[in-house]
Amino acid sequence: MKVEVPVEALKPTDFASDQEVRWCPGCGDYAILAQVKKVLPKLGIPRRNLVFVSGIGCSSRFPYYVETYGFHSIHGRAMAIASGVKVARPELNVWVVTGDGDGLSIGGNHLIHAIRRNIDMTVLLFNNRIYGLTKGQYSPTSELGKRTKTSPKGVLDFPLHPISIAIGAEASFVARTIDRDLNHMGAVLERAAQHRGTSFVEIYQNCNIFNDGAYSYATEKDTKPDTVVVLEHGKPLVFGKDKKKGIRLNCTDPEIVELGEGITEDDLLFHDERAPEPSLAYLLSRMHYPHFPEPIGVFRAVERPCYEDTLADLVADVPPPSDDDKELNALFNRGDTWEVKD
Amino acid sequence: MTSTTTAPPARSASRQIAESVTVRFCGDSGDGMQLAGTQFTNTSSIFGNDVATLPDFPAEIRAPAGSIPGVSGFQINFSSRDIHTPGDEVDALIAMNPAALVSNFKDVRPGGLVVVNEDAFKQSNFDKAHLATNPLDDDTLQGFRVYRVPMEKLTAEAAGAFGLTTKAVNRCKNFFALGIVCWLYERPLEPIERWIGQKMGKNPAIADANTAALKAGWNYCDTVELFPHAYRVPKASIPPGVYRKITGNEATAMGLATAARLAGKQLFYGSYPITPASTILEELAALMHLGVKTFQAEDEIAAIASAIGAAFAGSVAATGTSGPGLALKSEAVGLAVMTELPLVIVNVQRGGPSTGLPTKTEQADYFQALYGRNGECPVAVLAASTPADCFTLAMEATRLAVEYMTPVILLTDGYLANGSEPWSVPKIADLPRIKIEHPTSLNGDAHFMPYRRNKIGGRPWAIPGTEGLQHRIGGLEKQSVTGNVNYDPENHHEMIRQRQEKIERIAERIPEQTVEGVADADLLVASWGSTYGAITTAVERLVAQGKRVAHMHLRYLNPMPRNTGEIVRRYKRVIVPEMNMGQLLFKLRADYLVDAKGVNKVKGRPFLVSEIEAAINTALEELAS
Repeated sequence: MKVEVPVEALKPTDFASDQEVRWCPGCGDYAILAQVKKVLPKLGIPRRNLVFVSGIGCSSRFPYYVETYGFHSIHGRAMAIASGVKVARPELNVWVVTGDGDGLSIGGNHLIHAIRRNIDMTVLLFNNRIYGLTKGQYSPTSELGKRTKTSPKGVLDFPLHPISIAIGAEASFVARTIDRDLNHMGAVLERAAQHRGTSFVEIYQNCNIFNDGAYSYATEKDTKPDTVVVLEHGKPLVFGKDKKKGIRLNCTDPEIVELGEGITEDDLLFHDERAPEPSLAYLLSRMHYPHFPEPIGVFRAVERPCYEDTLADLVADVPPPSDDDKELNALFNRGDTWEVKD
Repeated sequence: MTSTTTAPPARSASRQIAESVTVRFCGDSGDGMQLAGTQFTNTSSIFGNDVATLPDFPAEIRAPAGSIPGVSGFQINFSSRDIHTPGDEVDALIAMNPAALVSNFKDVRPGGLVVVNEDAFKQSNFDKAHLATNPLDDDTLQGFRVYRVPMEKLTAEAAGAFGLTTKAVNRCKNFFALGIVCWLYERPLEPIERWIGQKMGKNPAIADANTAALKAGWNYCDTVELFPHAYRVPKASIPPGVYRKITGNEATAMGLATAARLAGKQLFYGSYPITPASTILEELAALMHLGVKTFQAEDEIAAIASAIGAAFAGSVAATGTSGPGLALKSEAVGLAVMTELPLVIVNVQRGGPSTGLPTKTEQADYFQALYGRNGECPVAVLAASTPADCFTLAMEATRLAVEYMTPVILLTDGYLANGSEPWSVPKIADLPRIKIEHPTSLNGDAHFMPYRRNKIGGRPWAIPGTEGLQHRIGGLEKQSVTGNVNYDPENHHEMIRQRQEKIERIAERIPEQTVEGVADADLLVASWGSTYGAITTAVERLVAQGKRVAHMHLRYLNPMPRNTGEIVRRYKRVIVPEMNMGQLLFKLRADYLVDAKGVNKVKGRPFLVSEIEAAINTALEELAS
């Protein structure tokens, strides 16, 4: 008989299941798993109340590796299954692990609708811009022109941008982080977990087998300062090796400016993750390499009622079964009834 | 409200007694025919007749007014004896316009009554119905007793005094028509007036206008002596008790809600609107006070996926749809089979394939329910036989799902869903209790073993929130006992066998199959689903004539009751009437090696009793020769 581990004593190792982790050596998923296991003990939630739900794909093996309740479901449907878990039992803490194919291609519909309902769950979308488990076909986030097994002349269709999709679906929490930036990832995951509502986190994740180096611009020491801008609430968007570059709004478009020569930080765009309107967050989601540094951090964090809470307030508790259940009798006798006598 | 009501006597007319009468209201889909039919049904039920109804409405919400595609009908059979169908032939047709008349009069029996709204018989409506001449003036209606009533004019006179617009006044004409039919069959008006008061009371002018139209219709018949006779259909001999009218979808919704309630559980119902299943979602959405959570999902797949999630979390979970929706759900049904989670899936069948005939009935999804998934993927399948049976089987489906940890598909159809019959209101103490136990400890294992089976083949339903029983399930093949992902060939074969055996063993805990009619006859009629009414009526009539025929109606389709094979092998001849091309037929032949013959009709409409009688007579003649 296992003894319950007190919540305050939980360590990352307590969240390791007995299953052998079977991602390819060097896969970015390992770093994400490690950070999630680090964050979980900080949440003050017993393991019995945590549920990890996934769909299909490399990332979706995730639930097998954490010592919580877990559901490795079918392709694309993790958001819908997790919605059912959370709506049925709002007291549970629900996580969804999905990928660019699972979440944005076959499961795109469920992703946007779960987000619009603001069901309180933490959604980790591992974006490696490739189909890994099926061995190297292009995904809905693959870049235009990318050559893969199913796009020998280069990808012909325009990619989706996960953050833009989430914001378009009225997400109350939207963030991006990178598998190689461990501290940043840990901080973002913790905030995502603590947000009430659907927290959508895009994680740039390297598939070292089928799409190695997809994000090297954003992870390598020499290029990262110029290709990534870290979002911090209330602070100007400054980036570059010497923090000498910034993002300024020119009318409604962002532009890169050099600080100095009459341009100060006060001229720059200040980040406001709590802006009631998502316009700024959306604008940031449109900044892409190589034209702009790509923002990481929290794009948007606003408060909005959660579907399952509003519903739970309306739905009565179920009493123990009884032969004189008045509500049930009223249901049976609803409308016109008539009595047939002997 | 419980009431006993007597019909007002028709002052001026003589009276004839009829055992059973079939009336059909038909008009434009905006004419309120469903409402008139429903109200006529209510008042007939309250009067004490047995009733059965068949609404028949177009797939288009409002096809062009006056056109044939826009015709909506409602048929009711009411009787002084026990009846099972809405009637083969129409005794009285109420037609509100030319399109309704021409698309319905062929179902009227020779010499039957045809009452028309004369005001609608004008050139513009003849054009819309593609009629060259006025069917009231040519020989179209030869052989029927035709009554022309200027319903719109008379309605305007009666209902015009309440300050409503001309259009609103004209909309009261369905109540005028209802008044006519109530006079003709001596139906009480009070239940209808009471309903008007309840539903329209917020707008007194509308309530008063409709009441006035209703009474005007009744008084018109009485004053002008429109008909030579009124007809009396005496009360039926019905077992004592409290009754109400129920449709199949109401019954399904109530059955699910009741099953969960009596298990002490919340019901989670995830669904996506689809004809003819949507009213189950609507009914359940109104039951929040009973602890019912409905989730209108973004699509059919999310509907079942959310229900699977809720089942994992420990709710009594269900989803409902029609054939095309079940097709979309099929991968997720497989997930529920693999994860062995309890789930009720209601399929209100409609005409297929593809979008097919959304508002018409059919029973062609038996194969889909049995086989419509990848892999060896057995589920339990039940089929309701009457509107009220939907209640019983929704509860039974829930019991089997949670006892055996399996998805259960409950098949109903459009005819059951929208049709209605009197329902003996149950006493809670008489209803079956569903016992659900969730494990709370490891029982000596080092880890929780989610696929350690109990004595009936089910697995433990450990739910999140239970300390120490954290476990992972999913759609990949499971290792027996541990539930870990496993690709071993021997294990896969073993798990296939375990899942199959679990479903087969359900037969140990369901009732044995019964046979009606002449049990030791040479001919057996085998059937399932909503054909129950027509076949039962046909067999009763023929047995009363001294013919020797037996009837086996299956409600458990997978597994079938354990004595089914013994029954079907007992008869020299087996015929299987179905609203499909022979699906139960195929299964009976395959499973029991009997040379059964199909009687097939796939027209979007139920069998007529006469069609079944003819098929039985043919089979009897073949046996005799």
